[in-house]
Amino acid sequence: MSSVSSVDSSVSAGRAATPSALRDRQILMELEQARLLRAVYSERQLEEVLVDFWFNHFNVFAGKGPTRAYVTSFERDAIRPHALGNFRQMLEAVAASPAMLFYLDNWMNTDPQAPQMGTGESQGRLRLGNRRPMGQQAGAGGSRAGEPPQRQAPARGINENYARELLELHTLGVDGGYTQDDIVNVARAFTGWTFRPRQGTTFTFARARHDDEEKTVLGHRIRAGGGMEDGRQVLDILAAHPSTARFIATKLAQKFVADTPPAALVERAARRFIATRGDLREVTRAIVTSPEFFAAGAYRAKVKTPLEFVASAIRATAAEVRTAMPLARTLRDLGMPLYSCQPPTGYDETAETWVSSGALVARMNFALELGANRLRGVSMASESTSDRDALRARIVDDILGGDVSAATRSVITRATTAEQVVALAIGSPEFQRQ
Amino acid sequence: MQSRRVFLKSGAMALVSLGFAPSFLARTVAAAGTRKKLLIAIFQRGAVDGLNMVVPFGEADYYRARPSIAIARPGREGGALDLDGFFGLHPGMSALQPFWDRGHLAIVHASGSHDATRSHFDAQDYMESGTPGVKNTRDGWLNRYLQAMDEPRTPLRAVALTRQMPRALQGRAPALAMGSVDGFDVRGDVTAKAAFESAYESAADQVLNGTATEAFDAMRTLSRKTSSRYRPASGATYPRSPFGQALREIASLAKAEVGLEVAFAESTNWDHHANEGGATGQMANRLDDLSRGIAALVNDLGDRMADTVILTMSEFGRAVAENGSRGTDHGHGNAMMLIGGAVKGGRIYGDWPGLAREQRYEGRDLAVTTDFRDIFAEVVVSHLGATSAAAGRVFPGHSVNPVRFRGLLRA
Repeated sequence: MSSVSSVDSSVSAGRAATPSALRDRQILMELEQARLLRAVYSERQLEEVLVDFWFNHFNVFAGKGPTRAYVTSFERDAIRPHALGNFRQMLEAVAASPAMLFYLDNWMNTDPQAPQMGTGESQGRLRLGNRRPMGQQAGAGGSRAGEPPQRQAPARGINENYARELLELHTLGVDGGYTQDDIVNVARAFTGWTFRPRQGTTFTFARARHDDEEKTVLGHRIRAGGGMEDGRQVLDILAAHPSTARFIATKLAQKFVADTPPAALVERAARRFIATRGDLREVTRAIVTSPEFFAAGAYRAKVKTPLEFVASAIRATAAEVRTAMPLARTLRDLGMPLYSCQPPTGYDETAETWVSSGALVARMNFALELGANRLRGVSMASESTSDRDALRARIVDDILGGDVSAATRSVITRATTAEQVVALAIGSPEFQRQ
Repeated sequence: MQSRRVFLKSGAMALVSLGFAPSFLARTVAAAGTRKKLLIAIFQRGAVDGLNMVVPFGEADYYRARPSIAIARPGREGGALDLDGFFGLHPGMSALQPFWDRGHLAIVHASGSHDATRSHFDAQDYMESGTPGVKNTRDGWLNRYLQAMDEPRTPLRAVALTRQMPRALQGRAPALAMGSVDGFDVRGDVTAKAAFESAYESAADQVLNGTATEAFDAMRTLSRKTSSRYRPASGATYPRSPFGQALREIASLAKAEVGLEVAFAESTNWDHHANEGGATGQMANRLDDLSRGIAALVNDLGDRMADTVILTMSEFGRAVAENGSRGTDHGHGNAMMLIGGAVKGGRIYGDWPGLAREQRYEGRDLAVTTDFRDIFAEVVVSHLGATSAAAGRVFPGHSVNPVRFRGLLRA
């Protein structure tokens, strides 16, 4: 098994081949295909680009135990509805999503002074089977009479994982001006934000596990007794913070314009973020209608990520995708398996990451397989490959915008088969950029 | 510069203690003088819990801070593997114990960065750029090492067995990143391969052009030098994990004599905020993979280990006290390992700061007493043979002074 097995095994030890594990794998394969099919065929391309962007911004790793089963809801309910919506709302949808609660461990984040709640088994080791879930009666502070004997006392105490990444990766950015004390206080504010694995996988606030004392976050006082509002107040503070506006503006401009985006553009987009209180439609609009977006220098300034490369290749060749699994496998070869980026940083957006010798060779091989119709379940219609000259003209003039180097034009012209024409165009230096 | 005589002697000693047959010995001694040194860097991404990897079982504070995840004292069930009466290896690392016993494994504890960051991203960036606290360093320290040495250009001098180029190897000097050696070829007919090469060769695109040139050069060398199927030496069984397979690929390149000097692999998934486990569990599984992988690599390289140093690193350590989820949150100081024929092993290096609250960094983490750059610099100078001046260019902003070297390597 892959390197994720150790994470899986702690959660579902001895259950690797059970129907539920197979079902979980099936879920992931379907998700990967759905994302790829939308990337290729959706008529709302901007939305697809933004779903990719925001999923990656709030990355969760499907290989971490039951996260896999929660990713569907995460993308559908927490990311997609807000990709052109309001940042603050997306922030809370993510904070309350089982995928994020599990991936960054906040589901266990508990006031050290909290009364004894669940069993060691259910609290420390999430089981998605026959065991009673953690936090089930937490809101009511109910007892757990009748639980199986406990091997260990339940874990209690702060877990900083989510709090740190919320500040560093989701909102302020690493230089956004927070301290270790802020992280601890944010973690305290989110104690008790957890979920019920068996009841429709829904968020629940476990008041009995919440640290209800006063907290100070980024100089703001959060009064004692706030309960679940503590976390919401933290999200308010973060969403309105100028560091967040700048951080989000920088990342969006980097996605759409250049690896090192123009400072003036970032500044304008950040101001738009503040003026509209995080209306992402407006921030996105500010970027994609800017002079910088249309500037000559932004043309082919970005190297395509593997997802962008594969999706654009299928669109460019008008290939028919009956199953997207070969494309999902290609993304793994290219170092970008969907839903399987392990660290919370998500995938990098810059050329240095995606242009390695191995990745370049893998792109050429994908182009050759696509051209030769050797990707099972992915085929180009026969009319596109029957006329070599027409295809050559279409590829060079339409797909590569007619703008190719003499060398690329020359190798395409010398290609002896229609298969090679496609392969050389898709594998060309020009096609690696957007 | 070391004298050839000393080198041969230490090389030969290394072989004897690694336990190889005398027939290998003669061959190695003959080849040693001309062979390149090899550095294999292993990055444990996610911040390994160094206190459970190299366990300070002599510290009562260690047990007080970790009621549910501490590794027991040696001799008890699931206890640490005693190294020196104070430190022990995690029991999942038994595959590495023979190298300690033979004096080829050294550990530098309480090592790391003086920068305070507890961000994975920043700390990995600093460790790979070799410039803690400086974010705009463009290249990685391993790449600057390649730049600093005036070596003839060989396409497979520096190879990362990763699908993305690691930050440590990014930069002006040619370096390769590949998922596997076998998969590293254009699989069309020869005309397609030639056509791609020609298109990239004349591309104005500097980034793509440069990378493609390196790739095609390397493909040519590999097709000349490697046989189709690599077979590790007997007794070398690599884990079937991505990490184990990456090390296997490194061994195949090292033995193909293609001029490999710097290799890079990564071991992932060390960020155990919850249910870290003790003698068994999540982290134990990761340490098992790490240790069996390294042990297989050492056994596979065999006499080549006389010229090789394997160096492990991780962005920072973890808090001394366990958190509320039987895991550990981000900390500071950590432990690094060096394995090789020239390593003065069987010793724990570094000043141990202690784990009492007042001895901790910011009251919570293992303090750093050895700057990781001094360890890297020592490897660059004493193993790879750079001058101190050249090493100074590898670590800008840091004064490379052999006086601060820990004496990890036979010079």
